[in-house]
Amino acid sequence: MPSLGADMDAGTLVEWLKSPGDKVRRGDIIAVVETQKGAIEIEVFDDGVLSEIRVKPGDEVPVGQVLALIDGADEDSEPPPAETATKAAGLPSRPMDQEPLRTVSQPTADGPKISPAARRLAQSCGLDPGSITPGKDGVIGLREVEAAAHHADTTQPAGIDQRAMRNAIASAMARSNREIPHYYVTSTLDVTPMMEWLGAYNARQPIERRLLYLVPLLRAAALSLRKFDDLNGAFVDGRYQTTANVNIGVAIAMRKGGLITPAILDTASHDLQSLMSKLSDLVRRTRQGGLKSSELSMGTVTLTNLGEQTADALLPIIYPPQVFIIGCGQIQVRPWVIDDAVVPRQLMDVTVAGDHRVSDGRRGAQFLRNFGDLLARPEEL
Amino acid sequence: MTEPEIENLVRRELYAVAPDLEGLEIEPNETFRDQFEIDSMDTLNFIIGLSKATGLDIPEADYPQLETFSGCKSYISKRLRAPG
Repeated sequence: MPSLGADMDAGTLVEWLKSPGDKVRRGDIIAVVETQKGAIEIEVFDDGVLSEIRVKPGDEVPVGQVLALIDGADEDSEPPPAETATKAAGLPSRPMDQEPLRTVSQPTADGPKISPAARRLAQSCGLDPGSITPGKDGVIGLREVEAAAHHADTTQPAGIDQRAMRNAIASAMARSNREIPHYYVTSTLDVTPMMEWLGAYNARQPIERRLLYLVPLLRAAALSLRKFDDLNGAFVDGRYQTTANVNIGVAIAMRKGGLITPAILDTASHDLQSLMSKLSDLVRRTRQGGLKSSELSMGTVTLTNLGEQTADALLPIIYPPQVFIIGCGQIQVRPWVIDDAVVPRQLMDVTVAGDHRVSDGRRGAQFLRNFGDLLARPEEL
Repeated sequence: MTEPEIENLVRRELYAVAPDLEGLEIEPNETFRDQFEIDSMDTLNFIIGLSKATGLDIPEADYPQLETFSGCKSYISKRLRAPG
């Protein structure tokens, strides 16, 4: 079971999309797993042949456990099966987290015990076990699931268990605050050029091709971060490693509370239109289920944008094992001084948080300057 | 289009971007953002839906008029009545 973020302990296998004997290629969707972040599609990270499936649909599996074995193309080498499988999953299992893995049988903070038959029934009804009230003995049995099915809460989006998601966020953020010595740097950016350029651009486009202002923000952040090796990467096992690509995780809020930060892989390779369709697709799949494992595990930095009619600024918390996060406040018309005159301008307060184990506030400040410079020349984005 | 037809259309397009809102009462003069935590991506998709369903070309400058249920109703009926 690959780790799909610092906040994940376990996932429940929903279905296999490949059978033993099938050839698989890097990027193929091999299975669907239910997590605190909804139904996630698990991708293969190496070419090979699926030789053995070790987990049944309905099983809850801790992060790090082998799901299946894939025989690699290089048959000469003889890696032990478990390693092959880990290689196939291709993802770090619980990077740098020292806490023991939770198993199904323990009563956990995530919720009460549930019998296997009840879990299967809950699944077939599309119910999240965490949303079901346990019986007097503290265990969810068939009777409790049946009762919950009758009163199914239709306002809850399918596949997302609100309580589990809250626990997941709490554990990732507690770890971040405990382990990462944050520094914060803020600048007020005059984004009038970007907003005027965007208004003119959107006026020329049919409605389906209009851009949200988050799109030029993402593009400018990605271009800028390519120059900051020490802000883009992962801190794992006491060591920082930069990443060649900039994969920006975008904080996407769920309407009922909670958020998920799936990444746009190689963000800088997309132009504005392509970023807009990526973002639109990501928001839809975040809220309806269907995110891919790579989108949850390969983020190298995060951008969180408060958006219109919210608040002026936020002090973001780094999402481990990343080492940098960008927080954008709302854009507002406020007084600004240009050439000794006070003029109304559209301003945005941007606060970045960095990891002092890797960089200093000076680097955050340099990033903000560079990011602001790019936004001042939006036609070049 | 009659007023009830417009009301149904607005509801339908709102539920299309936020299926979880279906069945909830809509306060006509409060913004969708404040009532339902509709964000800018939802708003854009909602307006794309309104535009497709009505055949109206909705410029970005008009988006603020579409932030509430009653705003949507009066905007759409005004635009549909207007020539061109």
